[in-house]
Amino acid sequence: MSGSLRRVWGLMYRHLALYRRSWPRLLELMYWPILQMCIWGFTASFLVGRAGNPAVAGNTAIIAASALLGGVLLWEVALRSQMGVAISFLEELWSRNLGHVFVSPIRPWEMVSALIGISVLRMLTGVLPAILLAFLLYAFNLFAMGPIVVLFFANLMVMGWWVALGVISLILRHGAGAEALAWSVLFGLTPFSAVFYPVSVLPAAVQPIALALPSSHVFEGMRAALSGVMRWDHLAWAMGLNVVWMAAGIWLFAAQFRQARLRGALLSIGE
Amino acid sequence: MQAIQVEDLTKRYGDVLAVDDVTFSLAPGRTLGLLGGNGAGKTTTIAMLLGLLIPTAGSIRILGHDMARDRFAALARMNFSSPYIALPSRLSVAENLRVYGHLYNVRGLETRIRELAMQLDLTGLLNRPAGNLSAGQKTRVALAKSLINRPDVLLLDEPTASLDPDTGDMVRSWLEQYRRESGCTILLASHNMAEVERLCDHVLMLKQGCIVDSGSPPDLLDRYGRNDLEQVFLDIARNRGTVAA
Repeated sequence: MSGSLRRVWGLMYRHLALYRRSWPRLLELMYWPILQMCIWGFTASFLVGRAGNPAVAGNTAIIAASALLGGVLLWEVALRSQMGVAISFLEELWSRNLGHVFVSPIRPWEMVSALIGISVLRMLTGVLPAILLAFLLYAFNLFAMGPIVVLFFANLMVMGWWVALGVISLILRHGAGAEALAWSVLFGLTPFSAVFYPVSVLPAAVQPIALALPSSHVFEGMRAALSGVMRWDHLAWAMGLNVVWMAAGIWLFAAQFRQARLRGALLSIGE
Repeated sequence: MQAIQVEDLTKRYGDVLAVDDVTFSLAPGRTLGLLGGNGAGKTTTIAMLLGLLIPTAGSIRILGHDMARDRFAALARMNFSSPYIALPSRLSVAENLRVYGHLYNVRGLETRIRELAMQLDLTGLLNRPAGNLSAGQKTRVALAKSLINRPDVLLLDEPTASLDPDTGDMVRSWLEQYRRESGCTILLASHNMAEVERLCDHVLMLKQGCIVDSGSPPDLLDRYGRNDLEQVFLDIARNRGTVAA
């Protein structure tokens, strides 16, 4: 294993060892995705039941219910990916271990890679049981949309990562006082992400904000796919926007990391 | 080549001058003590040596590497221990050492962990969570972490703070032994004057970010006409710094 890969693994091992010793942490990873899926799954079942004769109005209702469940599950991918990166960074801060990490030869990009690696594992641990339960309880198969769902997954994961880089940058700038953003920031983007409704429903003034987010294109693409139409243009927009936002996130993180080294914030960041 | 070469090192936070034009060097295998009261600039100097803090001015070369441009090459051959920076408390001692063994790319890691555990009397603690250890045990674990990569340069910030005299003595003996066997260069910041007197070949006395005096412990005692470094320290801290004629 190269030195770089080994350092990435070293930091990932630190988090894996932590989860191995703490079942409440593991449980917490699955708790919210399953809870959300159950609430929205029952809501969707209720709406389908109210739609009347399945032969007449049922197909539209089933598509709407599928969009609801698909939206819940895919949005959890973005949420868990973002929290996976940001909370793993906070774990270092809470354990007052950042000083040791930053004086080791690990490069900042290697640290971010390790956080992303842990985030992928955290996201899969949290979201896969919810996807399985959605199939068992409501016969909703997220993968019925076809392989395109993997690209939806990937785009939402990347979106979670760049949002997390923004959160970490704020923590580097403002210290532990900014840590609440690790839980809340992506919820603030939910109304603009068109998770449960099309972008056209939003007021005209807000639509450019929505269209600047990769998530809105992913969910527009998902709704089209559920109706049997592949909208590759939406996917292309999501990918392009992710490249731009990820570059901005990396630039912001690098700038704030350097500022933290100038201000001495790495010595007192947990306070 | 010097192990540590510091020239005109300055750190300013707004109007506050934390380190003021400090210059010193340290030959390989030697031990340097940084002495000074609270706020004298010891921790700031160590943070700059470790790359945690970017200097306002001046340069640092460690093992020939310029810390402004090539710090990771130097960091791979250095290590650091401080009682003020913790190790993850829920991880076992062995897991903590494994994490840092990977970060420092240590070959034969499991053998190295067993070796350090034997030398620092940690064998029975390897599977215990680091958070459940006593202060003395935690210090030994932190020391094991700082030696995991067999560093050529070791920076220690108050390595025996909050230790009982017996454990403190054990740590000092072990550091002496390690330096003798490995030829490691050590920079030590401490408030324990007896420790500095025992371990250090050379001492820098810092006050308000400046080096106000330096020399070997016997030289300083001789110059100030004192019997121990604590009295020298008090002379400097309280501006009674009249060097004996």
